[in-house]
Amino acid sequence: MAYYQNIFTQVQVHPRHPEPGVTIQEGEKRVGRGQFSYLAGLIGNAQVGPIYLGTLGTLSLVSGIIAIEIIGLNMWASVNWDPIQFLRQLPWLALEPPRPEHGLKILPPLAEGGWWLLAGFFLTASILLWWVRLYRRARALGLGTHVPLAFASAIWLYLVLGFIRPILMGSWSEAVPFGIFPHLDWTAAFSLRYGNLFYNPFHMLSIAFLYGSTLLFAMHGATILAVSRYGGEREIEQIVDRGTATERAALFWRWTMGFNATMESVHRWAWWFAVLTTLTGGIGILLTGTVVDNWYLWAIKHGVAPSYPQIGAPVIDPLSVTGGVR
Amino acid sequence: MRIALQLLGVVLAVLLTGAMLGTAGWVLPPVQSEQVGFRGTGMVQVHSPKAQAALLARNEAPAPQDPAPPGGEPATKTYQNVQVLTDLSTDQFNRIMASITEWVSPEQGCAYCHNVENMADDSVYAKTVARTMFRMVRAINGPWKNHVGETGVTCYTCHRGQPVPANVWHINPGPAHPGGFAARDAGQNHPSLQAGLSSMNYDPYRELLGDKAVGERAVRVAATTALPETRGESLQHTERTYALMIHMSEGLGVNCTYCHNTRAFSSWSESTPKRVTAWHGIRMVRDINGTYIDPTAAVLPPERLGPEGDPAKVNCTTCHQGLAKPLNGAPMLKDYPELAGPVAAKP
Repeated sequence: MAYYQNIFTQVQVHPRHPEPGVTIQEGEKRVGRGQFSYLAGLIGNAQVGPIYLGTLGTLSLVSGIIAIEIIGLNMWASVNWDPIQFLRQLPWLALEPPRPEHGLKILPPLAEGGWWLLAGFFLTASILLWWVRLYRRARALGLGTHVPLAFASAIWLYLVLGFIRPILMGSWSEAVPFGIFPHLDWTAAFSLRYGNLFYNPFHMLSIAFLYGSTLLFAMHGATILAVSRYGGEREIEQIVDRGTATERAALFWRWTMGFNATMESVHRWAWWFAVLTTLTGGIGILLTGTVVDNWYLWAIKHGVAPSYPQIGAPVIDPLSVTGGVR
Repeated sequence: MRIALQLLGVVLAVLLTGAMLGTAGWVLPPVQSEQVGFRGTGMVQVHSPKAQAALLARNEAPAPQDPAPPGGEPATKTYQNVQVLTDLSTDQFNRIMASITEWVSPEQGCAYCHNVENMADDSVYAKTVARTMFRMVRAINGPWKNHVGETGVTCYTCHRGQPVPANVWHINPGPAHPGGFAARDAGQNHPSLQAGLSSMNYDPYRELLGDKAVGERAVRVAATTALPETRGESLQHTERTYALMIHMSEGLGVNCTYCHNTRAFSSWSESTPKRVTAWHGIRMVRDINGTYIDPTAAVLPPERLGPEGDPAKVNCTTCHQGLAKPLNGAPMLKDYPELAGPVAAKP
């Protein structure tokens, strides 16, 4: 029986012929016959391919490549086309959204944000096409739509950050730059400008679901690995035909915390936690600046933020003191 | 395949560990923390005693010169062409001339500013600049007491034995960049030494410290009301302020909570009194740069000017050099009352 010692699968299956999978109508659109990879087998199924690319997948990849080209070439230009500086400074480089003076102009000058809008258009097209592809592949295989729906939740947060909220605010300059450090600096500045995002209840929810997701993932992953010696990793079988692996896993959690999820419900827990992370996060971002301008002051107003005793002499804004300005 | 992968993994792990240990700039324990606000607010200053001791050793004030004897002829009677230090006696004037040489041009001597054939001659540009600097020092020690207090400043506070202080800035036009339709960097998105190696503004000083006429609220970016009432500041200005604040933090060797309760950066009632001192400091720096330093561009030689033709200007680090109080608060002005005289008319 297969057993696990670490994150790598110890037993790899390399059959003589690749597994073709169930026959579907559009099967002929699949590319390649499939082959085996030792590296892939270390972390998952050793069989790679055949892949179903299709029209949507091809269009999505082309759009994505165009977006990355626009972002990458502009980053390279920002170091005066120096390849070494491009590599050294890559984490700092960015493609900035239009400056505030351009508002919601559809195509500001390319040098002043036009490229950002073009990159955003192609990246969004790529993501949405990929979503349709996910949905159609799930339907073609007769699956539920859980995966595309979960992806849609992430797309919601992406669209709020770069499209919906900037439109509501009336300026593309509110959107996130494309860049590794720059988008992190943007996040910090966003919180500073809008009075501390930690007082945003939807941000709180999003964090709770995010951390909850990691906790659930650890609990579920650990439980299944722990009962794999009884065949517990065959979860689907265990859902319909409960065996000793399920019994022991359930008993473990009932002993230690009095309650256990079931083989099936633990996946609903995980799915909802993951989906709600970006769903609530997107709502939190959407409300920021549009409905609430300063989350700290909002929290004071509604009794969310505690008040602390004054230490030392009271401090007064020098601008508010008559004659204090010079 | 398997052996090769395992070897590769071990080599990578060793290299990454070595890189992490060697390049991350670790601060070795012990690290001391000092609470500066109410418990639970995280208002804590963190120091490494070893690094702090080295920093203090680098920032020691020199021993004061013997005071000038009282009375005596006024300097204006003894010397020709005295324009700024007109209220000093000859002994006081000589003492300050000796001190400024020790503080600013110890190697170059009097000739750094003076034509030694005729000390009253104004032909050396540095002499004209030095006059402006005396006016500036008296302005700092007088009207700008709300920042420097009774501790005051002397030439040494910034110069530390060098004709040009070590920590100065010029307007930074940014790295070379192709023209045409390539996207502009918006003054950001390169490793910014000024902003703590973040990707934020590489020149937060030009507007916020270099422009005397910048709005009173130019630094203020956080919304002032719970709900949106007016069009607020942009995220771009927020990053500019953030970059300036990182500069202040690094220049003073303190973290954000030295002045702010970080749960509400903009709230004055939750800030420490240091924030008021810093507020006056920002305005003092604008005055220094705009009123005293910028006009010296007219006399400075080209090698003293930046890429945009502007003189070397001051920021918080120019005086503070990593300490919350320059020279660790050594009250040098007390030993040099000559530098606190009446403020001469502005140039």
